[in-house]
Amino acid sequence: MILETRGIGKTFGSVLALREVSMSVRAGQVMCVLGDNGAGKSTLIKILAGVHRHDTGAYLVDGSEVHLSSPRDALERGIATVYQDLAMIPLMSVWRNFFLGSEPRKGLAFDVAKARKVAREELRAMGIDIRDVDQPVGTLSGGERQSVAIARAVYFGARVLILDEPTSALGVKQAGVVLRYIARARDRGLGVVFITHNPHHAYPVGDRFLLLNRGASIGEYGKADITAQELTTLMAGGAELEELAHELRRE
Amino acid sequence: MTVAADERVARVGLARRLLIRPELGAVVGLVAVFTFFAAQSPVFRSPDGIANWLDPAATLGIMAVAVALLMIGGEFDLSAGVLTGTSGLILVTLATRFGFNVWLAMLVGLVVALAVGFANGLIVTRTKLPSFIVTLGTFLMLQGINLGVTKAITGTVQVSGLRRAEGFEGANAIFAGTIEIGGTSFRVAILWWIVVTALATWVLMRSRAGNWIFAVGGNEQAARAVGVPAARTKIALFMTTAFAAWLVGSILALRYTSVQANIGIGQEFIYIIAAVIGGCLLTGGYGSAIGAAIGAVIFGMADKGIVFLGWDADWFKFFLGGMLLLATLANRLVRRYAEEVRH
Repeated sequence: MILETRGIGKTFGSVLALREVSMSVRAGQVMCVLGDNGAGKSTLIKILAGVHRHDTGAYLVDGSEVHLSSPRDALERGIATVYQDLAMIPLMSVWRNFFLGSEPRKGLAFDVAKARKVAREELRAMGIDIRDVDQPVGTLSGGERQSVAIARAVYFGARVLILDEPTSALGVKQAGVVLRYIARARDRGLGVVFITHNPHHAYPVGDRFLLLNRGASIGEYGKADITAQELTTLMAGGAELEELAHELRRE
Repeated sequence: MTVAADERVARVGLARRLLIRPELGAVVGLVAVFTFFAAQSPVFRSPDGIANWLDPAATLGIMAVAVALLMIGGEFDLSAGVLTGTSGLILVTLATRFGFNVWLAMLVGLVVALAVGFANGLIVTRTKLPSFIVTLGTFLMLQGINLGVTKAITGTVQVSGLRRAEGFEGANAIFAGTIEIGGTSFRVAILWWIVVTALATWVLMRSRAGNWIFAVGGNEQAARAVGVPAARTKIALFMTTAFAAWLVGSILALRYTSVQANIGIGQEFIYIIAAVIGGCLLTGGYGSAIGAAIGAVIFGMADKGIVFLGWDADWFKFFLGGMLLLATLANRLVRRYAEEVRH
Protein backbone atom coordinates (compact mmCIF):
# COMPACT_ATOMS: atom_id res chain seq x y z
CA MET A 1 0.00 0.00 0.00
CA ILE A 2 1.76 3.15 -1.17
CA LEU A 3 -0.86 5.62 -0.17
CA GLU A 4 -3.79 5.37 2.21
CA THR A 5 -6.29 7.62 3.94
CA ARG A 6 -8.27 6.61 7.01
CA GLY A 7 -11.39 8.60 7.82
CA ILE A 8 -9.84 11.76 6.47
CA GLY A 9 -11.73 15.05 6.70
CA LYS A 10 -11.36 18.75 5.94
CA THR A 11 -13.36 21.85 6.82
CA PHE A 12 -13.09 25.32 5.34
CA GLY A 13 -14.56 27.67 7.92
CA SER A 14 -18.08 26.37 8.44
CA VAL A 15 -18.08 24.25 5.29
CA LEU A 16 -17.49 20.53 5.68
CA ALA A 17 -15.67 19.85 2.42
CA LEU A 18 -14.74 16.26 3.17
CA ARG A 19 -15.90 13.79 5.84
CA GLU A 20 -14.56 10.40 6.85
CA VAL A 21 -13.11 9.32 3.53
CA SER A 22 -10.96 6.18 3.44
CA MET A 23 -9.15 4.97 0.37
CA SER A 24 -5.90 3.32 -0.67
CA VAL A 25 -3.69 2.80 -3.71
CA ARG A 26 -1.26 -0.02 -4.44
CA ALA A 27 1.57 -0.05 -6.93
CA GLY A 28 0.38 -0.99 -10.42
CA GLN A 29 -3.22 -0.20 -9.55
CA VAL A 30 -5.61 2.48 -10.75
CA MET A 31 -7.88 3.93 -8.08
CA CYS A 32 -10.72 5.91 -9.62
CA VAL A 33 -12.33 8.65 -7.54
CA LEU A 34 -15.75 9.45 -8.93
CA GLY A 35 -18.19 12.11 -7.96
CA ASP A 36 -20.27 14.96 -9.28
CA ASN A 37 -19.31 18.61 -8.95
CA GLY A 38 -18.92 19.56 -5.30
CA ALA A 39 -18.56 15.93 -4.18
CA GLY A 40 -15.20 16.67 -2.54
CA LYS A 41 -12.94 15.21 -5.22
CA SER A 42 -10.75 18.30 -5.46
CA THR A 43 -10.46 18.61 -1.70
CA LEU A 44 -9.38 14.98 -1.47
CA ILE A 45 -6.70 15.26 -4.14
CA LYS A 46 -5.46 18.55 -2.75
CA ILE A 47 -4.91 16.79 0.58
CA LEU A 48 -3.17 13.88 -1.16
CA ALA A 49 -1.03 16.32 -3.16
CA GLY A 50 0.05 18.33 -0.14
CA VAL A 51 -1.81 21.53 -1.09
CA HIS A 52 -4.21 21.35 1.88
CA ARG A 53 -3.66 19.73 5.25
CA HIS A 54 -6.36 17.40 6.56
CA ASP A 55 -8.14 18.27 9.82
CA THR A 56 -9.26 14.83 10.90
CA GLY A 57 -8.30 11.23 10.19
CA ALA A 58 -4.95 9.91 9.06
CA TYR A 59 -2.96 10.10 5.84
CA LEU A 60 -0.42 7.30 5.40
CA VAL A 61 2.40 6.98 2.90
CA ASP A 62 4.08 3.57 2.82
CA GLY A 63 2.18 2.67 5.97
CA SER A 64 3.37 5.53 8.17
CA GLU A 65 1.39 8.63 8.96
CA VAL A 66 2.45 11.90 7.31
CA HIS A 67 1.52 15.58 7.44
CA LEU A 68 2.60 16.98 4.09
CA SER A 69 3.72 20.57 4.30
CA SER A 70 3.69 21.45 0.59
CA PRO A 71 3.32 20.02 -2.92
CA ARG A 72 7.09 19.81 -2.96
CA ASP A 73 7.04 17.63 0.13
CA ALA A 74 4.56 15.30 -1.61
CA LEU A 75 6.76 15.21 -4.70
CA GLU A 76 9.76 14.22 -2.65
CA ARG A 77 7.78 11.25 -1.35
CA GLY A 78 6.99 10.22 -4.91
CA ILE A 79 3.47 11.60 -5.06
CA ALA A 80 3.00 13.59 -8.27
CA THR A 81 -0.14 15.45 -9.22
CA VAL A 82 -1.27 16.46 -12.69
CA TYR A 83 -3.98 19.11 -12.59
CA GLN A 84 -6.54 19.48 -15.29
CA ASP A 85 -6.33 23.18 -15.93
CA LEU A 86 -2.94 24.07 -14.60
CA ALA A 87 -0.78 21.21 -15.68
CA MET A 88 1.44 23.30 -17.96
CA ILE A 89 2.57 26.83 -18.62
CA PRO A 90 1.42 27.75 -22.13
CA LEU A 91 4.10 30.29 -23.07
CA MET A 92 6.99 28.02 -22.09
CA SER A 93 8.48 25.39 -24.36
CA VAL A 94 7.77 21.68 -23.91
CA TRP A 95 11.22 20.93 -22.49
CA ARG A 96 11.13 23.87 -20.06
CA ASN A 97 7.76 22.65 -18.82
CA PHE A 98 8.95 19.08 -18.65
CA PHE A 99 11.71 19.92 -16.18
CA LEU A 100 9.96 22.74 -14.34
CA GLY A 101 10.68 22.56 -10.63
CA SER A 102 13.23 19.74 -11.07
CA GLU A 103 15.71 21.20 -13.53
CA PRO A 104 18.83 19.09 -14.15
CA ARG A 105 21.97 20.97 -13.16
CA LYS A 106 25.43 21.19 -14.60
CA GLY A 107 27.51 23.10 -12.11
CA LEU A 108 25.48 26.22 -11.38
CA ALA A 109 23.66 26.13 -14.67
CA PHE A 110 20.45 24.51 -15.86
CA ASP A 111 21.65 21.75 -18.18
CA VAL A 112 19.62 22.87 -21.17
CA ALA A 113 21.09 20.39 -23.66
CA LYS A 114 20.28 17.47 -21.39
CA ALA A 115 16.79 18.80 -20.69
CA ARG A 116 15.99 19.02 -24.41
CA LYS A 117 17.37 15.58 -25.13
CA VAL A 118 15.72 13.80 -22.20
CA ALA A 119 12.36 15.47 -22.84
CA ARG A 120 12.43 14.31 -26.46
CA GLU A 121 13.44 10.76 -25.51
CA GLU A 122 10.97 10.38 -22.65
CA LEU A 123 8.05 11.57 -24.71
CA ARG A 124 8.97 9.15 -27.45
CA ALA A 125 9.32 6.31 -24.91
CA MET A 126 5.77 6.97 -23.68
CA GLY A 127 4.67 6.90 -27.30
CA ILE A 128 3.82 10.59 -27.30
CA ASP A 129 4.21 12.11 -30.72
CA ILE A 130 5.32 15.70 -30.16
CA ARG A 131 6.40 17.67 -33.20
CA ASP A 132 9.13 19.67 -31.57
CA VAL A 133 10.15 20.05 -27.91
CA ASP A 134 11.01 23.74 -28.49
CA GLN A 135 7.46 24.71 -29.28
CA PRO A 136 5.44 26.47 -26.59
CA VAL A 137 3.09 24.16 -24.72
CA GLY A 138 0.26 26.51 -25.69
CA THR A 139 0.46 25.13 -29.20
CA LEU A 140 -0.27 21.56 -28.01
CA SER A 141 -3.76 20.13 -27.84
CA GLY A 142 -5.36 19.39 -24.47
CA GLY A 143 -4.67 15.66 -24.70
CA GLU A 144 -1.04 16.24 -25.63
CA ARG A 145 -0.59 18.55 -22.63
CA GLN A 146 -1.98 15.96 -20.24
CA SER A 147 0.21 13.29 -21.82
CA VAL A 148 3.34 15.40 -21.46
CA ALA A 149 2.46 16.04 -17.83
CA ILE A 150 2.02 12.31 -17.21
CA ALA A 151 5.30 11.48 -18.96
CA ARG A 152 6.99 14.10 -16.79
CA ALA A 153 5.67 12.62 -13.57
CA VAL A 154 6.70 9.11 -14.63
CA TYR A 155 10.18 10.31 -15.54
CA PHE A 156 10.67 11.98 -12.17
CA GLY A 157 10.16 8.71 -10.37
CA ALA A 158 6.63 9.28 -9.22
CA ARG A 159 5.33 6.20 -7.45
CA VAL A 160 1.83 7.57 -7.23
CA LEU A 161 0.27 9.64 -9.96
CA ILE A 162 -2.73 11.77 -9.03
CA LEU A 163 -4.65 12.85 -12.11
CA ASP A 164 -7.27 15.56 -11.66
CA GLU A 165 -9.95 15.18 -14.32
CA PRO A 166 -7.41 14.59 -17.09
CA THR A 167 -10.09 13.62 -19.61
CA SER A 168 -12.96 15.92 -18.77
CA ALA A 169 -12.16 18.72 -21.23
CA LEU A 170 -11.27 16.34 -24.05
CA GLY A 171 -13.04 14.86 -27.02
CA VAL A 172 -13.59 11.12 -27.30
CA LYS A 173 -10.45 10.42 -29.29
CA GLN A 174 -8.19 12.63 -27.15
CA ALA A 175 -9.59 11.10 -23.95
CA GLY A 176 -8.74 7.67 -25.35
CA VAL A 177 -5.13 8.79 -25.84
CA VAL A 178 -4.88 9.95 -22.23
CA LEU A 179 -6.46 6.73 -20.91
CA ARG A 180 -3.85 4.77 -22.82
CA TYR A 181 -1.06 6.69 -21.02
CA ILE A 182 -2.75 6.03 -17.69
CA ALA A 183 -2.66 2.30 -18.49
CA ARG A 184 0.96 2.61 -19.55
CA ALA A 185 1.90 4.32 -16.29
CA ARG A 186 0.07 1.58 -14.38
CA ASP A 187 1.96 -1.08 -16.32
CA ARG A 188 5.19 0.60 -15.31
CA GLY A 189 4.21 -0.13 -11.72
CA LEU A 190 2.86 3.24 -10.65
CA GLY A 191 -0.12 3.64 -8.40
CA VAL A 192 -2.63 5.94 -10.08
CA VAL A 193 -5.38 8.01 -8.47
CA PHE A 194 -7.65 8.97 -11.33
CA ILE A 195 -10.24 11.62 -10.53
CA THR A 196 -13.13 11.92 -12.93
CA HIS A 197 -16.87 12.44 -13.11
CA ASN A 198 -17.17 10.19 -16.14
CA PRO A 199 -17.74 6.51 -15.26
CA HIS A 200 -17.20 5.57 -18.91
CA HIS A 201 -13.63 6.81 -18.66
CA ALA A 202 -13.06 5.31 -15.22
CA TYR A 203 -14.41 1.82 -15.72
CA PRO A 204 -12.14 0.49 -18.50
CA VAL A 205 -8.92 1.59 -16.80
CA GLY A 206 -9.79 1.38 -13.09
CA ASP A 207 -9.12 -1.41 -10.61
CA ARG A 208 -10.96 0.13 -7.67
CA PHE A 209 -13.63 2.81 -7.54
CA LEU A 210 -14.32 5.28 -4.74
CA LEU A 211 -17.58 7.16 -5.04
CA LEU A 212 -17.98 10.51 -3.35
CA ASN A 213 -21.11 12.52 -2.80
CA ARG A 214 -21.47 15.79 -0.90
CA GLY A 215 -18.09 15.37 0.75
CA ALA A 216 -18.59 11.81 1.98
CA SER A 217 -17.83 8.37 0.62
CA ILE A 218 -20.80 6.40 -0.71
CA GLY A 219 -18.77 3.27 -1.23
CA GLU A 220 -15.55 1.74 -2.46
CA TYR A 221 -15.72 -1.12 -4.94
CA GLY A 222 -13.33 -3.53 -6.66
CA LYS A 223 -13.83 -3.98 -10.37
CA ALA A 224 -15.21 -7.50 -9.76
CA ASP A 225 -17.93 -6.14 -7.48
CA ILE A 226 -19.49 -3.66 -9.81
CA THR A 227 -20.52 -3.30 -13.46
CA ALA A 228 -20.14 -0.19 -15.58
CA GLN A 229 -23.91 0.19 -15.54
CA GLU A 230 -24.09 0.04 -11.75
CA LEU A 231 -21.24 2.50 -11.47
CA THR A 232 -23.04 4.97 -13.71
CA THR A 233 -26.27 4.58 -11.78
CA LEU A 234 -24.53 5.04 -8.42
CA MET A 235 -22.65 8.06 -9.71
CA ALA A 236 -25.78 9.80 -10.86
CA GLY A 237 -27.59 8.88 -7.66
CA GLY A 238 -29.95 6.14 -8.93
CA ALA A 239 -33.20 7.57 -7.65
CA GLU A 240 -32.42 11.05 -8.95
CA LEU A 241 -31.76 9.68 -12.39
CA GLU A 242 -35.03 7.79 -12.45
CA GLU A 243 -36.83 10.87 -11.34
CA LEU A 244 -35.16 12.84 -14.11
CA ALA A 245 -36.08 10.20 -16.67
CA HIS A 246 -39.67 10.42 -15.47
CA GLU A 247 -39.63 14.18 -15.67
CA LEU A 248 -38.20 14.23 -19.18
CA ARG A 249 -40.51 11.57 -20.56
CA ARG A 250 -42.74 12.67 -23.42
CA GLU A 251 -46.32 13.08 -22.43
CA MET B 1 4.93 8.29 -38.58
CA THR B 2 8.34 9.88 -38.90
CA VAL B 3 7.33 11.31 -42.23
CA ALA B 4 4.24 12.85 -40.69
CA ALA B 5 6.32 14.34 -37.87
CA ASP B 6 8.78 15.88 -40.31
CA GLU B 7 6.00 17.36 -42.30
CA ARG B 8 4.63 19.14 -39.29
CA VAL B 9 7.99 20.48 -38.19
CA ALA B 10 8.49 21.97 -41.63
CA ARG B 11 5.19 23.75 -41.33
CA VAL B 12 6.41 25.68 -38.27
CA GLY B 13 8.93 27.43 -40.49
CA LEU B 14 11.90 29.67 -39.86
CA ALA B 15 9.85 32.86 -40.06
CA ARG B 16 7.61 31.71 -37.25
CA ARG B 17 10.56 30.68 -35.10
CA LEU B 18 12.10 34.14 -35.49
CA LEU B 19 8.77 35.81 -34.93
CA ILE B 20 8.25 34.22 -31.57
CA ARG B 21 11.57 35.54 -30.27
CA PRO B 22 10.60 38.34 -27.88
CA GLU B 23 13.45 40.61 -28.99
CA LEU B 24 12.44 40.74 -32.63
CA GLY B 25 10.31 43.88 -32.39
CA ALA B 26 13.05 45.70 -30.47
CA VAL B 27 15.73 44.76 -33.02
CA VAL B 28 13.60 46.06 -35.87
CA GLY B 29 12.98 49.25 -33.89
CA LEU B 30 16.69 49.60 -33.14
CA VAL B 31 17.67 49.36 -36.81
CA ALA B 32 14.94 51.78 -37.85
CA VAL B 33 15.77 54.40 -35.22
CA PHE B 34 19.51 54.15 -35.78
CA THR B 35 19.10 54.47 -39.55
CA PHE B 36 16.81 57.44 -39.15
CA PHE B 37 19.17 59.48 -36.96
CA ALA B 38 22.45 58.25 -38.45
CA ALA B 39 21.31 59.23 -41.96
CA GLN B 40 20.70 62.82 -40.91
CA SER B 41 23.37 63.46 -38.32
CA PRO B 42 27.07 62.66 -38.86
CA VAL B 43 27.70 63.39 -35.17
CA PHE B 44 25.18 60.72 -34.20
CA ARG B 45 27.09 57.98 -36.02
CA SER B 46 30.57 59.15 -34.94
CA PRO B 47 32.32 57.34 -32.02
CA ASP B 48 31.81 60.38 -29.80
CA GLY B 49 28.16 60.45 -30.70
CA ILE B 50 27.79 56.75 -29.96
CA ALA B 51 29.47 57.18 -26.57
CA ASN B 52 27.08 60.05 -25.99
CA TRP B 53 23.84 58.13 -26.61
CA LEU B 54 25.07 54.92 -25.03
CA ASP B 55 25.40 56.71 -21.70
CA PRO B 56 21.69 57.35 -21.01
CA ALA B 57 21.02 53.92 -22.51
CA ALA B 58 23.32 52.36 -19.91
CA THR B 59 21.79 53.78 -16.72
CA LEU B 60 18.29 53.25 -18.08
CA GLY B 61 19.28 49.82 -19.38
CA ILE B 62 20.47 48.50 -16.01
CA MET B 63 17.06 49.32 -14.59
CA ALA B 64 15.12 48.13 -17.64
CA VAL B 65 16.83 44.74 -17.55
CA ALA B 66 16.02 44.22 -13.86
CA VAL B 67 12.46 45.45 -14.37
CA ALA B 68 12.15 43.09 -17.37
CA LEU B 69 13.05 40.11 -15.16
CA LEU B 70 10.46 41.24 -12.63
CA MET B 71 7.84 41.69 -15.37
CA ILE B 72 8.56 38.25 -16.81
CA GLY B 73 7.97 37.04 -13.25
CA GLY B 74 4.55 38.69 -13.48
CA GLU B 75 5.03 41.75 -11.25
CA PHE B 76 5.62 45.50 -11.46
CA ASP B 77 7.76 47.78 -9.37
CA LEU B 78 6.68 51.41 -9.42
CA SER B 79 9.07 52.25 -6.57
CA ALA B 80 12.18 51.40 -8.62
CA GLY B 81 12.74 54.95 -9.92
CA VAL B 82 12.42 56.68 -6.58
CA LEU B 83 14.59 54.00 -4.98
CA THR B 84 17.50 55.10 -7.20
CA GLY B 85 17.06 58.51 -5.54
CA THR B 86 16.82 57.01 -2.05
CA SER B 87 20.04 55.01 -2.57
CA GLY B 88 21.87 58.07 -3.90
CA LEU B 89 20.59 60.28 -1.09
CA ILE B 90 21.70 57.79 1.55
CA LEU B 91 25.15 57.60 -0.03
CA VAL B 92 25.69 61.35 -0.26
CA THR B 93 24.06 62.20 3.07
CA LEU B 94 26.01 59.63 5.08
CA ALA B 95 29.30 60.50 3.37
CA THR B 96 28.97 64.27 3.62
CA ARG B 97 26.95 64.86 6.80
CA PHE B 98 27.92 61.91 8.98
CA GLY B 99 31.52 61.37 7.94
CA PHE B 100 31.03 57.89 6.50
CA ASN B 101 33.56 56.47 4.10
CA VAL B 102 31.99 56.42 0.59
CA TRP B 103 32.22 52.63 0.42
CA LEU B 104 30.54 52.19 3.79
CA ALA B 105 27.84 54.68 2.81
CA MET B 106 27.26 52.68 -0.38
CA LEU B 107 26.97 49.51 1.65
CA VAL B 108 24.33 51.10 3.89
CA GLY B 109 22.49 52.24 0.76
CA LEU B 110 22.60 48.70 -0.59
CA VAL B 111 21.21 47.23 2.63
CA VAL B 112 18.36 49.75 2.68
CA ALA B 113 17.57 49.19 -1.02
CA LEU B 114 17.52 45.41 -0.62
CA ALA B 115 15.30 45.80 2.46
CA VAL B 116 12.83 47.88 0.42
CA GLY B 117 12.87 45.25 -2.33
CA PHE B 118 12.37 42.50 0.21
CA ALA B 119 9.47 44.36 1.79
CA ASN B 120 7.84 44.91 -1.61
CA GLY B 121 8.21 41.22 -2.44
CA LEU B 122 7.03 40.02 0.94
CA ILE B 123 3.90 42.18 0.92
CA VAL B 124 3.04 41.17 -2.65
CA THR B 125 3.53 37.44 -2.09
CA ARG B 126 1.86 37.34 1.33
CA THR B 127 -1.19 39.49 0.61
CA LYS B 128 -1.62 38.55 -3.07
CA LEU B 129 -2.41 42.21 -3.70
CA PRO B 130 -1.47 43.50 -7.15
CA SER B 131 2.15 44.66 -7.10
CA PHE B 132 1.01 47.75 -8.97
CA ILE B 133 -0.80 48.94 -5.83
CA VAL B 134 1.76 47.73 -3.30
CA THR B 135 4.70 49.37 -5.04
CA LEU B 136 2.64 52.49 -5.74
CA GLY B 137 2.42 52.71 -1.96
CA THR B 138 6.17 52.24 -1.54
CA PHE B 139 6.74 54.74 -4.33
CA LEU B 140 4.77 57.45 -2.51
CA MET B 141 6.31 56.60 0.85
CA LEU B 142 9.86 56.73 -0.49
CA GLN B 143 9.10 59.97 -2.33
CA GLY B 144 7.96 61.47 0.97
CA ILE B 145 10.96 60.16 2.87
CA ASN B 146 13.40 61.40 0.23
CA LEU B 147 12.06 64.94 0.42
CA GLY B 148 11.25 64.99 4.13
CA VAL B 149 14.56 63.65 5.40
CA THR B 150 16.63 65.69 2.95
CA LYS B 151 14.87 68.89 3.97
CA ALA B 152 15.20 68.06 7.68
CA ILE B 153 18.94 67.47 7.38
CA THR B 154 20.05 70.07 4.88
CA GLY B 155 17.23 72.59 4.88
CA THR B 156 17.24 72.34 1.07
CA VAL B 157 16.03 69.76 -1.45
CA GLN B 158 19.45 68.47 -2.39
CA VAL B 159 22.61 67.09 -0.80
CA SER B 160 25.99 67.73 -2.38
CA GLY B 161 29.73 67.74 -1.75
CA LEU B 162 30.43 64.06 -2.24
CA ARG B 163 33.72 64.88 -3.94
CA ARG B 164 35.32 65.76 -0.60
CA ALA B 165 34.29 62.52 1.08
CA GLU B 166 36.78 59.83 1.99
CA GLY B 167 37.03 57.02 -0.57
CA PHE B 168 35.39 59.06 -3.31
CA GLU B 169 38.18 58.68 -5.88
CA GLY B 170 38.14 54.89 -5.91
CA ALA B 171 34.37 54.53 -5.94
CA ASN B 172 34.09 57.20 -8.59
CA ALA B 173 36.56 55.42 -10.85
CA ILE B 174 34.71 52.12 -10.59
CA PHE B 175 31.14 53.35 -10.85
CA ALA B 176 31.25 56.72 -12.56
CA GLY B 177 34.56 56.87 -14.44
CA THR B 178 35.31 56.71 -18.14
CA ILE B 179 37.24 54.27 -20.33
CA GLU B 180 39.21 55.31 -23.40
CA ILE B 181 38.60 53.16 -26.46
CA GLY B 182 40.23 54.36 -29.69
CA GLY B 183 40.43 57.97 -28.51
CA THR B 184 36.80 58.11 -27.44
CA SER B 185 35.90 58.07 -23.79
CA PHE B 186 33.00 55.84 -22.84
CA ARG B 187 31.27 55.96 -19.48
CA VAL B 188 32.08 52.98 -17.29
CA ALA B 189 28.33 52.66 -16.63
CA ILE B 190 28.11 51.14 -20.12
CA LEU B 191 30.29 48.29 -18.90
CA TRP B 192 28.06 47.75 -15.85
CA TRP B 193 25.05 47.71 -18.12
CA ILE B 194 26.63 45.05 -20.37
CA VAL B 195 27.55 42.95 -17.34
CA VAL B 196 24.04 43.24 -15.87
CA THR B 197 22.44 42.35 -19.22
CA ALA B 198 24.73 39.36 -19.78
CA LEU B 199 24.14 38.10 -16.25
CA ALA B 200 20.37 38.55 -16.49
CA THR B 201 20.28 36.75 -19.84
CA TRP B 202 22.29 33.88 -18.45
CA VAL B 203 20.03 33.58 -15.42
CA LEU B 204 16.92 33.71 -17.57
CA MET B 205 17.98 31.27 -20.27
CA ARG B 206 20.48 29.01 -18.58
CA SER B 207 19.66 28.70 -14.91
CA ARG B 208 16.97 27.02 -12.86
CA ALA B 209 15.96 30.39 -11.46
CA GLY B 210 15.29 31.52 -15.03
CA ASN B 211 12.90 28.66 -15.59
CA TRP B 212 11.15 29.58 -12.34
CA ILE B 213 10.89 33.26 -13.36
CA PHE B 214 9.11 32.36 -16.61
CA ALA B 215 6.92 29.92 -14.74
CA VAL B 216 5.73 32.19 -11.90
CA GLY B 217 4.91 34.87 -14.46
CA GLY B 218 3.24 32.44 -16.84
CA ASN B 219 1.06 30.66 -14.33
CA GLU B 220 1.95 30.96 -10.68
CA GLN B 221 -0.41 28.22 -9.46
CA ALA B 222 0.84 25.71 -12.02
CA ALA B 223 4.43 26.55 -11.09
CA ARG B 224 3.72 26.11 -7.41
CA ALA B 225 2.02 22.78 -8.10
CA VAL B 226 5.19 21.31 -9.60
CA GLY B 227 7.31 22.53 -6.71
CA VAL B 228 8.61 25.92 -7.87
CA PRO B 229 9.25 28.16 -4.84
CA ALA B 230 7.08 30.94 -6.25
CA ALA B 231 7.19 33.35 -3.32
CA ARG B 232 10.97 33.09 -2.98
CA THR B 233 11.41 33.65 -6.72
CA LYS B 234 9.25 36.78 -6.66
CA ILE B 235 10.90 38.22 -3.57
CA ALA B 236 14.30 37.64 -5.19
CA LEU B 237 13.08 39.49 -8.29
CA PHE B 238 11.95 42.51 -6.26
CA MET B 239 15.35 42.48 -4.53
CA THR B 240 17.10 42.30 -7.90
CA THR B 241 15.21 45.40 -9.05
CA ALA B 242 16.17 47.09 -5.78
CA PHE B 243 19.80 46.11 -6.33
CA ALA B 244 19.71 47.64 -9.81
CA ALA B 245 18.17 50.80 -8.35
CA TRP B 246 20.99 50.98 -5.82
CA LEU B 247 23.59 50.49 -8.58
CA VAL B 248 22.11 53.21 -10.80
CA GLY B 249 21.52 55.53 -7.84
CA SER B 250 25.14 55.13 -6.75
CA ILE B 251 26.47 55.62 -10.29
CA LEU B 252 24.53 58.86 -10.70
CA ALA B 253 25.39 60.14 -7.22
CA LEU B 254 29.11 59.50 -7.75
CA ARG B 255 28.99 61.09 -11.20
CA TYR B 256 27.22 64.32 -10.21
CA THR B 257 28.47 64.31 -6.56
CA SER B 258 25.08 65.65 -5.54
CA VAL B 259 21.55 64.29 -5.50
CA GLN B 260 18.23 66.09 -5.83
CA ALA B 261 15.61 64.79 -3.39
CA ASN B 262 13.03 64.40 -6.18
CA ILE B 263 15.25 62.41 -8.53
CA GLY B 264 13.90 59.27 -10.16
CA ILE B 265 10.22 60.21 -9.98
CA GLY B 266 8.54 59.23 -13.25
CA GLN B 267 11.43 57.01 -14.29
CA GLU B 268 9.60 53.85 -13.18
CA PHE B 269 7.36 54.08 -16.24
CA ILE B 270 10.32 54.61 -18.55
CA TYR B 271 11.82 51.33 -17.26
CA ILE B 272 8.56 49.52 -17.89
CA ILE B 273 8.25 51.05 -21.36
CA ALA B 274 11.80 49.96 -22.26
CA ALA B 275 11.03 46.42 -21.06
CA VAL B 276 7.80 46.34 -23.07
CA ILE B 277 9.56 47.62 -26.21
CA GLY B 278 12.04 44.81 -25.54
CA GLY B 279 9.24 42.25 -25.81
CA CYS B 280 8.01 41.79 -22.23
CA LEU B 281 4.32 41.10 -21.90
CA LEU B 282 2.49 43.21 -19.32
CA THR B 283 0.78 40.01 -18.20
CA GLY B 284 4.10 38.27 -17.42
CA GLY B 285 5.65 34.97 -18.41
CA TYR B 286 7.29 36.19 -21.57
CA GLY B 287 10.11 38.55 -22.45
CA SER B 288 13.85 38.99 -22.63
CA ALA B 289 16.67 40.78 -20.84
CA ILE B 290 18.49 41.57 -24.09
CA GLY B 291 15.24 42.95 -25.47
CA ALA B 292 14.97 45.34 -22.53
CA ALA B 293 18.60 46.39 -23.05
CA ILE B 294 17.82 47.09 -26.71
CA GLY B 295 14.72 49.00 -25.64
CA ALA B 296 17.02 51.16 -23.52
CA VAL B 297 19.33 51.78 -26.50
CA ILE B 298 16.36 52.94 -28.59
CA PHE B 299 15.61 55.39 -25.79
CA GLY B 300 19.17 56.62 -25.58
CA MET B 301 19.28 57.12 -29.36
CA ALA B 302 16.03 59.01 -29.49
CA ASP B 303 16.88 61.08 -26.42
CA LYS B 304 20.20 62.31 -27.84
CA GLY B 305 19.34 62.00 -31.52
CA ILE B 306 16.56 64.55 -31.24
CA VAL B 307 19.06 66.97 -29.72
CA PHE B 308 21.67 66.24 -32.42
CA LEU B 309 19.10 67.05 -35.08
CA GLY B 310 18.37 70.31 -33.31
CA TRP B 311 14.74 69.48 -32.68
CA ASP B 312 12.76 70.53 -29.67
CA ALA B 313 13.30 67.90 -26.92
CA ASP B 314 9.54 67.85 -26.33
CA TRP B 315 9.22 65.62 -29.37
CA PHE B 316 10.89 62.89 -27.36
CA LYS B 317 7.67 62.21 -25.47
CA PHE B 318 5.73 61.89 -28.72
CA PHE B 319 8.28 59.43 -30.00
CA LEU B 320 8.07 57.49 -26.74
CA GLY B 321 4.32 57.07 -26.96
CA GLY B 322 4.52 55.95 -30.58
CA MET B 323 7.19 53.35 -29.85
CA LEU B 324 5.21 52.01 -26.90
CA LEU B 325 2.03 51.59 -28.94
CA LEU B 326 3.85 49.88 -31.80
CA ALA B 327 5.70 47.57 -29.43
CA THR B 328 2.57 46.52 -27.56
CA LEU B 329 0.80 45.78 -30.83
CA ALA B 330 3.76 43.70 -32.03
CA ASN B 331 3.86 41.83 -28.70
CA ARG B 332 0.19 41.00 -28.92
CA LEU B 333 0.73 39.40 -32.31
CA VAL B 334 3.67 37.41 -30.95
CA ARG B 335 1.67 36.16 -28.01
CA ARG B 336 -1.17 35.08 -30.26
CA TYR B 337 1.28 33.19 -32.43
CA ALA B 338 2.87 31.48 -29.44
CA GLU B 339 -0.38 30.56 -27.71
CA GLU B 340 -2.32 29.52 -30.76
CA VAL B 341 -3.66 26.04 -30.06
CA ARG B 342 -3.47 23.56 -32.90
CA HIS B 343 -5.30 20.27 -32.66
